[in-house]
Amino acid sequence: MQLTTRRKERLDRGIKVRTSGIYAVSSLREIAYLVTPRAILIVGLLILPLVMPNMYWQRVICITGIFALLALVFDFLADYVGIISLGGALYVGVGGYVAGICNSSLGLSPALTIPIATLAGAVICTLLLLPCLPLRGIYFAIITLMYPLVLPRIIEALHIFGGTEGMAALSTFPNIWVSLYLIIVVLLIALFALRRLVNTDMGLVLHGIKDNDQAVRASGMNITWYKARAVFIASAIGCFAGAYLTHLYGWVGLSLFGLDFSILPIAAFVLGGPGTLVGPVIGAFILTPLSEALRAFGPLRIVVYCIILVGFIVFRPEGLMKFLQRKYHQFERWAEV
Amino acid sequence: MSILIYGIVNSLVLALFAVGFTLVYGVSRLPNFAHGALYILTGFVTWSFFNSLGLNYALSIVLSLIITALIGAVIYRLILIRVRGMEASEIIASFAIGLAIMEGLRWSGFAGGFYAVPPFIDRVVHIGDVPIDSQRLIIVGVALVVVALLWVFTHYTKIGLALRAIAQHERAAMMLGIDSDLTAIVSLALGSALAGLAAVAILPLGLINVETGYSVLVYAIAVCIIGGLGSWPGAVMGAFVLGFAQILTVRFIGAQWQMVVIFVAIIVVLLVRPSGLFGKQKELEERV
Repeated sequence: MQLTTRRKERLDRGIKVRTSGIYAVSSLREIAYLVTPRAILIVGLLILPLVMPNMYWQRVICITGIFALLALVFDFLADYVGIISLGGALYVGVGGYVAGICNSSLGLSPALTIPIATLAGAVICTLLLLPCLPLRGIYFAIITLMYPLVLPRIIEALHIFGGTEGMAALSTFPNIWVSLYLIIVVLLIALFALRRLVNTDMGLVLHGIKDNDQAVRASGMNITWYKARAVFIASAIGCFAGAYLTHLYGWVGLSLFGLDFSILPIAAFVLGGPGTLVGPVIGAFILTPLSEALRAFGPLRIVVYCIILVGFIVFRPEGLMKFLQRKYHQFERWAEV
Repeated sequence: MSILIYGIVNSLVLALFAVGFTLVYGVSRLPNFAHGALYILTGFVTWSFFNSLGLNYALSIVLSLIITALIGAVIYRLILIRVRGMEASEIIASFAIGLAIMEGLRWSGFAGGFYAVPPFIDRVVHIGDVPIDSQRLIIVGVALVVVALLWVFTHYTKIGLALRAIAQHERAAMMLGIDSDLTAIVSLALGSALAGLAAVAILPLGLINVETGYSVLVYAIAVCIIGGLGSWPGAVMGAFVLGFAQILTVRFIGAQWQMVVIFVAIIVVLLVRPSGLFGKQKELEERV
């Protein structure tokens, strides 16, 4: 029997090569090739709320947006700065509490509390994480895992900010459409802004820090300052998500520091494709509705994410988005070896 | 006096949490974030053998330790072996496995506060004028025996020496014919069994609760960081530092501050000496 082996040969499509430079503007077809995927994403996200059948699923879209923002932040930090932060709940908790305090004690409206919480929360998160920024890898992961475990204990111990009961009866958004489009527009802005950021000079330095921080330090750059700015950007997005969640439910409590906000974004990140920025957003839009559908099963939801997570990280580490990109940009055929 | 005695007991409890984690990290550089889950899993397996199947208590402990060791080996063989060397993936994968185990236990009904295994000997002993229940003395005994046996194992048996060789210099050890994957499987199985042993020794003190898994993980890692990750004597010393810090906090400030004290201790140690109080490796300082 003759043993034949074959391998998959992948070639870039001609149009991909032609559109990679300035000449892309030379024909409509090539412009369309570049614009279509982005347009599908933007238009898809914008009309998504309109096709949802009822109020319940519109709410689900709001929650999905929060998880998508957190997954985006996780991807930015993990793949472009080299910081693995297991504590997405830290940002949500801090942002949520700042918004809650501004609203209940100072009586500000959501239009003011959300920007305040975004900025003040980002400052607080950055200051909290600043001592740990020289750390890398497992050390930083552990510290960020511990913050969401420790802060609720402090709130409980001091009986501040409503203690274990939290603060209820905060103001909510005027109607569901405001809340829907607020999160979707912010999500799109954050997504495209971060994509720009990673290609600027600062993004390049951050990527250098990820690959070899000693080399960046040897070039005379202060890596802690760069990392602090990256963490500030990331936590601003995360704190916005927290403040938004506060006003979505009109309630703040210790569950803002819950494990869901840490683990689901990571699962979305792995499912969607690490390092693509848009992948984790898509991953969140797949996983969150799935987890809502599984809500009746309680803790089984987390088991399902974890199984998806481990399955993808072990067998498909590239994730969905890289797969789609490959299909879009390349053709494949089997070639005899 | 009571601070001294309970401080020692508490320190040895923390040391028991940490030995398994530090063994796995020291040998195979795998941060086993599923450690806490394996701890709690052993508790529930023992409970099931003892109460549902009605086995002898000693037998059910031995069986559950064997099962936990096997689970540790299977986790490495099926999952961690494929992501080894990629730090982010190692952390995420082992954390996800741990969560899946813990939440799976919660889903299958092992939640709520009515699962408890009996203490080995139910009696109260007086040392001087301090009353102490015999289970705490057993923990002290188990911890001392574990540390002693591990020392003997890693210094006088062939496989123990292989583990140390891999820990010291992986490439040189591989050139001498030591299989890196095999030692990693052994270390993970042994580390899981140690987590299990800690569980069967400590859990009779209270109720078995899924949430304990998270705090066990945090304590284990805290002790290892303070003592220096992967360092043996460091882990034991770190356990003593944290153990006494905790007992003093409970006595003079308040029980709810225990977690905060640990957290502050970690941050201070990492800032001052990133390789831990007793870690000596220069290499490690660069890695942090």
